[in-house]
Amino acid sequence: MAEQDWKTSKRTFAAVSLPTLFWVIVFFLVPMAIVWLYSFGENRGLTEIEFSGTLDNYKRATEWLYLTIFGKSFAVAALVTLICLIIGFPVAMAITFASEKWRPWLLLGIMLPFWTNLLIRTYALMMLLGTQGFANKGMGALWEGTSWIKTLVGLQPLPTWEPVQLLFNNFAVVFGLVYVHLPFMVLPLYAALDRLDRSLIEASLDLGAGHFRTIMRIVVPLAAPGIIAGVMITLIPALGAYLTPDLMGGTDSQMIANVIERQFKKANDWPFGAALSFLLIYAMFILIAIQSMRKKVPEVR
Amino acid sequence: MAFFARAPIAPLEYSRTLWMRLWVGAVMVFLYAPLVVLMIFSFNDSKRNVVWRGFTTKYYEKALGNDQLVEALINSLTIAALATLASLVLGTLAAVMLWRFRFPWKGAIDGTISLPIIVPEICLGVAFLMFFAAVGWPTDLVWPFNLGAITVAHITFCFPFVTMVVRSRLASFNREQEEAAKDLGASEAQVFRDVLIPHIKPALVAGALLAFTLSLDDFVITYFTSGPDTITFPVKVYSMVRFSVTPEVNAASTLLIILTVVLTFIALKAQGVKAIAETH
Repeated sequence: MAEQDWKTSKRTFAAVSLPTLFWVIVFFLVPMAIVWLYSFGENRGLTEIEFSGTLDNYKRATEWLYLTIFGKSFAVAALVTLICLIIGFPVAMAITFASEKWRPWLLLGIMLPFWTNLLIRTYALMMLLGTQGFANKGMGALWEGTSWIKTLVGLQPLPTWEPVQLLFNNFAVVFGLVYVHLPFMVLPLYAALDRLDRSLIEASLDLGAGHFRTIMRIVVPLAAPGIIAGVMITLIPALGAYLTPDLMGGTDSQMIANVIERQFKKANDWPFGAALSFLLIYAMFILIAIQSMRKKVPEVR
Repeated sequence: MAFFARAPIAPLEYSRTLWMRLWVGAVMVFLYAPLVVLMIFSFNDSKRNVVWRGFTTKYYEKALGNDQLVEALINSLTIAALATLASLVLGTLAAVMLWRFRFPWKGAIDGTISLPIIVPEICLGVAFLMFFAAVGWPTDLVWPFNLGAITVAHITFCFPFVTMVVRSRLASFNREQEEAAKDLGASEAQVFRDVLIPHIKPALVAGALLAFTLSLDDFVITYFTSGPDTITFPVKVYSMVRFSVTPEVNAASTLLIILTVVLTFIALKAQGVKAIAETH
């Protein structure tokens, strides 16, 4: 049935629309507008800010230092998304083609970490990756094992194991972001693969294509909307990630969100922070615009 | 799950091939090993989280005896409960509005409602910091009113998720049911209460779970809106992790993980794994 025109029952429409509109305007649009206004202001003294309509904050954001941070954030987010896609795609395939009995449990297995507190998950990973953590100990044991086998066959033993610095560097940030965002990728991939017409895969296999070729030529093109959704759902939060680079990164692994945070806490330069925030929002809009442009291409059925 | 398949593997039974099983198994280990280690080491009788030195529950006593931590946890749960309730109401109303009516600027309003999902957390946090500073939101109220600012911020980013979930459920609603109820003399409010609400109940459960966990999970936005007296659990844990890693954090984290698992299972009991999975 078609949607009802709002004029035909104004009272019901008012009842359902006014609370929502009120909330969205007062507690979302107004705060965003304030940030936008601030981004054209400048600091006058400690707490005073003058809205002078200056573009200096945006000019400063194009300085080399901030451009590299923007570029680096994009690179990290893209790398994280790619790794999540490579790890997540087979998992989504496995869930899709699992038996009725196992599918819900596999899904639950992916969703439970998604519901667990992000900070706790980051902390758990930090514990594991520390120089005294299990990741290092495991590698140390492997190293010593190899060294022992080498002495058995009469070769020189390896030099003693030095713990590797796994935390507080760029590796840790990428690793942590992959850990945190993997469920974001798997769930939309699964949703897309689940809708797939299986007879097409069977037809491809019957006609002599191998499994790999079937996946690349049949499954991936058909699941493309879901893959793009998964990429966006992973890329956008990864780009704006604050906690993981802050806790797991080193001094050189700051991402854009960390720079924004600094303007509001330590550096106390609200107008510049506001300008950076809006640049990040614009970047998101561009990403979404690219995605919706792709959507308009008619799907071949 | 028999590791070696009894019946021959059919071409489409990808999940029964060995390398797929190894892959999924490895991913599950990757996802769960850190959490399991964290939980095990919350019982470790050592100041440092490195070597196992025997079983103890003293860090649970310490965590539960830490007034600030307990207060932060109570704050977090209160905020999450309030934000969930408000998000359910607002989110459902918004979903019904978008599903049922045709009105001017619908596309723009629809987009604006889902915008808080897309806007990065850090930008939303900054926006609320500036907003509450600009309107001079009172910060010296008594509990629980001092949590107002954080709760407002949480509602803003939680309710669009409820709208999303409820809307996709409403798509399967048969309008004829509504008309039948009206023909039989039900008023608009009765139709809403007795026909529409029962239909969207699974979405409400899923939406409530989503809103509750999102609120409980949030660090960044809370970090910007919380004052010195309104510490939430993630903010408190953050400052603890930042300054020193102690088994106390493990114990507190374990309690929260258990809470998450219990909540998930309550939702599953109410709706079944499939219904919850489908709403995602």
